[in-house]
Amino acid sequence: MGLTNEHIKQRLTEKFGDQLINFEEPYGMLTFEAPRELNLKVLNFLYDDEELKFRFMTDLCAVHYPDNKGKELAVVYHLHNLVDNCRIRFKVFAPVEQPDVYTATGLFSAANWMERETYDFYGVNFVGHPNLKRILNVEEMDYFPLRKEFPLEDQSRVDKDDEMFGRG
Amino acid sequence: MSTENNNTQPQQNLAFPGHIEELPGGGIVLSKLDDVINWARSNSLWPLTFATSCCGIEYMSVAGAKYDFSRFGFEVARASPRQADVIIIAGTIVNKMAPVLKRLYDQMGDPKYVIAMGACAISGGPFFYNTYSVVKGADHVIPVDVYVAGCPPRPEALMHALITLQQKIKSGLTREQIRASND
Ligand code: SF4
Repeated sequence: MGLTNEHIKQRLTEKFGDQLINFEEPYGMLTFEAPRELNLKVLNFLYDDEELKFRFMTDLCAVHYPDNKGKELAVVYHLHNLVDNCRIRFKVFAPVEQPDVYTATGLFSAANWMERETYDFYGVNFVGHPNLKRILNVEEMDYFPLRKEFPLEDQSRVDKDDEMFGRG
Repeated sequence: MSTENNNTQPQQNLAFPGHIEELPGGGIVLSKLDDVINWARSNSLWPLTFATSCCGIEYMSVAGAKYDFSRFGFEVARASPRQADVIIIAGTIVNKMAPVLKRLYDQMGDPKYVIAMGACAISGGPFFYNTYSVVKGADHVIPVDVYVAGCPPRPEALMHALITLQQKIKSGLTREQIRASND
């Protein structure tokens, strides 16, 4: 393992200065936050850099933090360097009123369906996505079900009694 | 099952419907044509290859060598609804799948039969019954002939359901068939 978290962090700060914030290492995985305008620049840098070589997109998803005013929606990128077997995660935040984030489809084809899924469940608008429509839910659906204002369970059911399922 | 129980089972459901009129030098089989047709149908029910979640694993197990439903006439699972007689709804039906299920059912030739396998197909499931995406029972979409309880039902339970369906067919037309013939 030639690549250490310290080294990645150093390369990133050399390039982006103090625009990248909140560096953490939960369970040993380097995690940081980027401004949302910079998401493609960061992805490109991580991809192209001769040392970093994060050329595999493992996952792309979103999180909804309703109390995080102005930064309600987080889009989370997971990347993998397959040469040094090293993983990294970074987040960009967007306001829920205007959740525009640049699409990563130009760099990773895998981002296409993952961004559609993220749009489907959280309503993140990926600017420049070639085919941004629902992928898993029915197309007539007019809301984004994994946003926190929608209860996990359909509250209108009266014929099912939670007590019978051991959680009354 | 105890032997006592076995004795109370309606035997005529298992054997050929009709009886042999013994005559010198041979015999004549006497029966009703409808009964013979139903008897033939019930012993040649080809299921559709259709499984939407975990129950499908048990369905595959029943189709495999250990339980082997072809012993009972379920022979092979067909990948085309046009060649299938029975659809086993093995798994959760979500809102997006519901029109597909309906379409598959509509494409099956008559007579067709439906088995709802597991809690998901019966009522929307033990875990997902209250979510935004799940159909609360496949019988909201297509008529069901036999329900199998379980999560998932054991292979034996599915086989019991298949045999129950055979008995149902042998005992006459199903409600849907009667309704269709009246139209
Ligand atoms: S009934 Fe249970 S095993 Fe069957 S599909 Fe539903 S959750 Fe899976």
